[in-house]
Amino acid sequence: MTLIVRNLGFSYGERRILDAINATFEAGKFTVILGPNGAGKSTLLACLAGLLGPQTGGASLHDADIARMAPTDRARQIGLLPQGAETHWAITSEALVALGRIPHMRGTGPSADDRRAITTAMSATATEGFADRPVTQLSGGERARVLLARVLASEPDWILADEPLANLDPGFQLDILALLQRQAEAGKGVVAVLHDLQYAVRFADHILLLHEGRLFAQGSVEDVITAANLAHVYGIDANLFKDEEGTIQLCIKGKVPS
Amino acid sequence: MNNRGLTSLLLLLTLAAFLLSLMAGKVWIWPSSWAADSADGWIFLELRLPRALLGLCIGAVLGLSGAVLQGYLRNPLADPTVLGVSASAALGGVGAIYLGLNLLPFGLFACAMLGAGSSILLLLAISRNGGPIGFILGGMVLSTLAGALTAFIISIAPNPFAASEIINWLMGALTDRLMVDVATALPFMALGVALLLSTGRALDALTLGENGARSLGINLFRLQWIIVLGVGLAVGASVAVSGVVGFVGLIVPHLIRALYGEQPSKILLPSALGGAILTLTADSLVRLLPGPSEVRLGIAMAVLGAPFFLLLLLRYRRGNA
Repeated sequence: MTLIVRNLGFSYGERRILDAINATFEAGKFTVILGPNGAGKSTLLACLAGLLGPQTGGASLHDADIARMAPTDRARQIGLLPQGAETHWAITSEALVALGRIPHMRGTGPSADDRRAITTAMSATATEGFADRPVTQLSGGERARVLLARVLASEPDWILADEPLANLDPGFQLDILALLQRQAEAGKGVVAVLHDLQYAVRFADHILLLHEGRLFAQGSVEDVITAANLAHVYGIDANLFKDEEGTIQLCIKGKVPS
Repeated sequence: MNNRGLTSLLLLLTLAAFLLSLMAGKVWIWPSSWAADSADGWIFLELRLPRALLGLCIGAVLGLSGAVLQGYLRNPLADPTVLGVSASAALGGVGAIYLGLNLLPFGLFACAMLGAGSSILLLLAISRNGGPIGFILGGMVLSTLAGALTAFIISIAPNPFAASEIINWLMGALTDRLMVDVATALPFMALGVALLLSTGRALDALTLGENGARSLGINLFRLQWIIVLGVGLAVGASVAVSGVVGFVGLIVPHLIRALYGEQPSKILLPSALGGAILTLTADSLVRLLPGPSEVRLGIAMAVLGAPFFLLLLLRYRRGNA
């Protein structure tokens, strides 16, 4: 199962954000979108989620154009963890996770399927312990897990996450990454916009490197994260190496002298 | 107490407030003389019944509109009065009176509803992305502008009688309304209430922000128009029939949230009931205050509501600091 992007171009008025993007996303893989600020990462993710309609080309799932899918159908197949971890009211964690069932709800009350999906999502993210606590009283790490549980509760085939690690401490960042990785291993397509190159190197199965609205490179970690690519796109002097345990590590030495 | 128990209690209180409104006043009218062929029976049928029905309806409409607007804008300070929706409806109504459109069937209603609906569209246009305070500032601008234009129309009114007629209506009261006024307003309010009650699930989804809601399949464009139409019909009709009765929509959802929790869909119906209870009780109390003439309901609600708004604003600022 693949999510295919063909010749995708997006602009706000005259300002071109994305240009001629061609890429294929595989189910069962953790794909990471990288690129400096303003490269168009979030815009690409919003196009994949069907929130933005590209002017040229497009993204498709099972031969259906995502931007033209019926919103509820799309919501059942593609789950989005938006940027910013917004929660506007002090509702309980469980009520927040239950929002993920909205695309599946018929009638008024939750069905047995709904309740099962909510329980599964909360146990996968280890959030049952604070099911009755208002989300506004949770720590940043707990809230991030509850928000991810909300996405899982929709039981989508695809999970898109826009900067899911922002404002989290390293331990919590690793929790979220491990959860996303587990979803990919379970067969879901996982696509995340990340800022942290170290995590991308550690967790990604596939990387898209964006630069000024264009797809600069894509492929495996070794193919994309090269000293030349990082110098060109980020302006940093860095290299990959394998540590004693055979794990790929990234060492950032400094800025490339200009 | 669970939510079902709370709602039953609110229903009972609504009934009690309705009965109080039927009985209370300079003359108390007990149920025994409601059907009597006497002065009391006449007061009941011609004065008390339409007044109590109106109190019930506009209270419910204003409480519900406040709850929906707060959920939609994700802003606990939103309310038809604060956002200038009521003032714009009043401007529509005054414009209708000035142009003589109120003589046409539904002329006053149509203009008030148009004023209310278009004010929300204007507000969204000027305050989108302005954050919670942006909407309040936008509402202030709208409210001031609508108030100034209303005053302008009054000042150029053709004769003093027309001017005093307009001012009397504007101040907001449930007095001297006929059953025919109630019957005219009711269908619009009912349609508005039905539209607003249908927004629960979308408002819940907006807890996650606009992108979160859209990713769950919520059509925000459609939601916006349901709210513009629903609030336009409901608040427009309530202003057309009783002038500006403010702050019900601000006060009630806050009290309801303390009982039901903050999930937007859970407070819609209870806010309608709470609005009815507050309005009916306040309207009964203004009748019971001693003095030669009664305090108008709109004035009483403003005296109650303005300090409440200030209190919320202070608490809100502390929470953000």
